[in-house]
Amino acid sequence: MAEAAHLLQVTRLQKSYNVPVLLDFSFSLRSGEVHALVGSNGAGKSTFAKILCGLTPADGGEIRLAGLPHAPASKRAAEHAGVIMVLQELNVIGTLSVAENIFLNRLPCRAGFVQRSRLHESARAALARVGLGDLDPATPAGALGVGHQQLVELAGALSRNCRVLILDEPTAALTDPEIERLFGHLRKLRQEGVGIIYVSHRMDEIKRIADRITVMRDGRAVATHLSVDVTPDCLVREMVGHELPERGGLSERPAGPVALSVRNLSAGDQVRDVSFTLRQGEILGIAGLIGSGRTETLRAIFGADVKSGGETFVDGKAVKILCPTDALLAGIGLMPEDRKQDGLLMPQSIRVNTTLNTLVRYARAGGWLDTGAEERTTEAYRQRLQISCNSVEQAVGELSGGNQQKVVVARWLARDCRILLFDEPTRGIDVAAKQTMYELLRELAGEGKAVLVVSSELEELMSLCDRLLVMSQGCISAEFTPGEWTQEKITRAAFSGHLDRKVESHPS
Amino acid sequence: MTLKSKKLVEYAAMLVIWLGLVLLFGMLSQSFLSLRTFVTLANRIPALAVIAAGMTLVLVIGGIDLSVGSVLGLSGALVGLALVNWHLPFWVATLLGLGVGLVAGTLNGLVSVGLGIPSFIVSLGMLEIARGVAYLTTHSQTKYIGATVEWPSAPIPGLGVSPAFLITLLVIVAGQVVLSRTVFGRYLVAIGTNESAVRLAGINTKPVKVAVFALLGLLTGLGGVFYTSRLGSSDPNAGVGLELSAIAAVVIGGTSLMGGRGSVVNTFFGVLIIATLEAGLAQVGASEPTKRVITGLVIVVAVVLDAWRHHLTGRKFSLLKRLFTARPASGTPIS
Ligand SMILES: Nc1ncnc2c1ncn2[C@@H]1O[C@H](COP(=O)(O)OP(=O)(O)OP(=O)(O)O)[C@@H](O)[C@H]1O
Ligand SMILES: [Mg+2]
Repeated sequence: MAEAAHLLQVTRLQKSYNVPVLLDFSFSLRSGEVHALVGSNGAGKSTFAKILCGLTPADGGEIRLAGLPHAPASKRAAEHAGVIMVLQELNVIGTLSVAENIFLNRLPCRAGFVQRSRLHESARAALARVGLGDLDPATPAGALGVGHQQLVELAGALSRNCRVLILDEPTAALTDPEIERLFGHLRKLRQEGVGIIYVSHRMDEIKRIADRITVMRDGRAVATHLSVDVTPDCLVREMVGHELPERGGLSERPAGPVALSVRNLSAGDQVRDVSFTLRQGEILGIAGLIGSGRTETLRAIFGADVKSGGETFVDGKAVKILCPTDALLAGIGLMPEDRKQDGLLMPQSIRVNTTLNTLVRYARAGGWLDTGAEERTTEAYRQRLQISCNSVEQAVGELSGGNQQKVVVARWLARDCRILLFDEPTRGIDVAAKQTMYELLRELAGEGKAVLVVSSELEELMSLCDRLLVMSQGCISAEFTPGEWTQEKITRAAFSGHLDRKVESHPS
Repeated sequence: MTLKSKKLVEYAAMLVIWLGLVLLFGMLSQSFLSLRTFVTLANRIPALAVIAAGMTLVLVIGGIDLSVGSVLGLSGALVGLALVNWHLPFWVATLLGLGVGLVAGTLNGLVSVGLGIPSFIVSLGMLEIARGVAYLTTHSQTKYIGATVEWPSAPIPGLGVSPAFLITLLVIVAGQVVLSRTVFGRYLVAIGTNESAVRLAGINTKPVKVAVFALLGLLTGLGGVFYTSRLGSSDPNAGVGLELSAIAAVVIGGTSLMGGRGSVVNTFFGVLIIATLEAGLAQVGASEPTKRVITGLVIVVAVVLDAWRHHLTGRKFSLLKRLFTARPASGTPIS
């Protein structure tokens, strides 16, 4: 290993926000390698990445890029030095078009006027690279779902020349076909000599794409392995610092009576004539490609979006749900997919966020809030979900991505709905906490609650669910029970709508 | 505990700024540091203070109400009519004044929330309407009322401050308690932070928002009664431009115009600062134009300091930030 080949050399990096986040963190990246970074939620991965791309300064230590000191004062300076990053949190500007988002700080212009045709042409090329060739570049980015927004951000990053590419959990909202396509590009970039830092919680994909893997724990690099030398189990052990306890597998739960029944639900052009039932004590999964209408189906059931047709029955009785308040009255809760947009109050504390939809429980006479009781409940969820934070009074915006996700989950667990719809409940959550989350979901089902889970991770659905629906192009294309399903069958069902039907409008 | 102490530190900071201002004028003018100045101040501010308290809640949800000056004028006009022309008792006149404020505020709320129109526009319309109605009902004339209406603004013998001032203190304390300790207040802050999240948490935000505008309307009606009582007459021109003073006071108190953050107590300090500035500048003999320039500068400086405290992550300002932050700065999270 020739030292000269080191593209990026990080030595004893320090960073603290009130509490230390990076402690003597050392790291190296060669050109033409994919170097994965793994670690529990709050280990400091995103913080390190943000330092590299100039979003936050380091407190100490040294970074050398191709031998020269690298201490970018801004994102722009980092990009100038050839360091490009896709952030963990989505950062598209909803009111701007997809094309404008991709080329935001390098809009093609002449005499100060944006050249729209050139802009759209380049945008189309960039979008085609991530498989969104059909998407109209003039679509407002806010109209896209989380998965597509993620792809738009990737399109932006992949369309620029760089020496170091940092991807912070790029696949948390993507499904297998998109991930495959992304990996194709990463391999090409690797051949061109780009160094890639890849942060993810999905061990299987890390094993597939990474050349080396560095494990982070509490702001330190605990080990660096060649990808071929190490097993996922070993990585997880190093991440959490101890052996993970054996988890029970699927326990048989007797399915109760039908709790929720949806008939001929339609909404927008994303949900077409969807019908299904959900039983008490059951965990039902919905798989599908991004843009297949899974999120839109849940939102329509919950009353977050307008329905254009269909009926909803709770315990056999027809209910009219026009807004989320109606849904809650009927006992239906929805944990939304987009935590930043639809879930969290970023500047507010973990406590305020956790108790938001159960607030009346903490009210004494006259609406006076018992903050002590709020704090105790929040503290209980913090421990249960392993939310790493300074205290429950810390602002949610200061938490790491995975810990933010846990706060949204905690809010809905606290609400105690009889029917719970979870949209990507484990997005950005680390391996150990995922296990806890699965246990919690099983517990909910065990208590007789009806649980519906949408996830982009097939393995997750296959290990968690009692039954699985597959959506494609806004319709339910298949239903499986545990014995029947295989990854291949599910994937085929997920694509079926694309084969049967020409795409009628842009996939959004 | 930390939260509470943080809040106390903020109050203390505002108090220090106000005391600094008082001392400054005390040095500039011999006669400023006298009991009389403070009594005059206390009896001057009630109208502005109760309106600013309500305005704080409206700004916290990310709304704004530009009609408060006109609605104050309308409320005062109605009080005058009731007492002078209709010979109604004082308490009925007061109820009428409060009622018309409540109606105007509720209308602002219903139209802007119900139809999804920015409150800026709706209340701009109400600004014209309320002033117009005030002129129509009074035939654009000032009415002398006299003693029947003056007692709430007259100092209580032996205490030095007026009943209006005591009511104002009550409103401020109640407003702060509502904002920071009740379900309703929590919803306000949450709505101002991320309304979509609150809606998806299953909370019906519309009635909450309408209620806030209605509450400000009611307090504006009260402000109209206080104002009329201080003048001893009802003037349909009362409160012209008051909306700007009220918003300035709220903003000086550190409430964000973007919503999601605010404090009624700090708004009260904002009112004190504005009133002291006005009184002090008059006393040192500053001309009207100079007064305006200085008041404007103070507003801008206050807002800039607040932005430093809350928003900037830039390293250049870290020293300033540390000076103005209660605890070590963490800046706006980007994660
Ligand atoms: N702006 C901030 N203010 C205070 N603390 C912060 C801030 N940003 C991050 N932190 C803290 O730094 C720690 C590391 O956060 P970071 O985002 O780097 O974690 P991560 O490894 O990316 O985790 P995840 O897997 O959840 O994304 C966390 O404990 C977090 O609370
Ligand atoms: Mg992260």
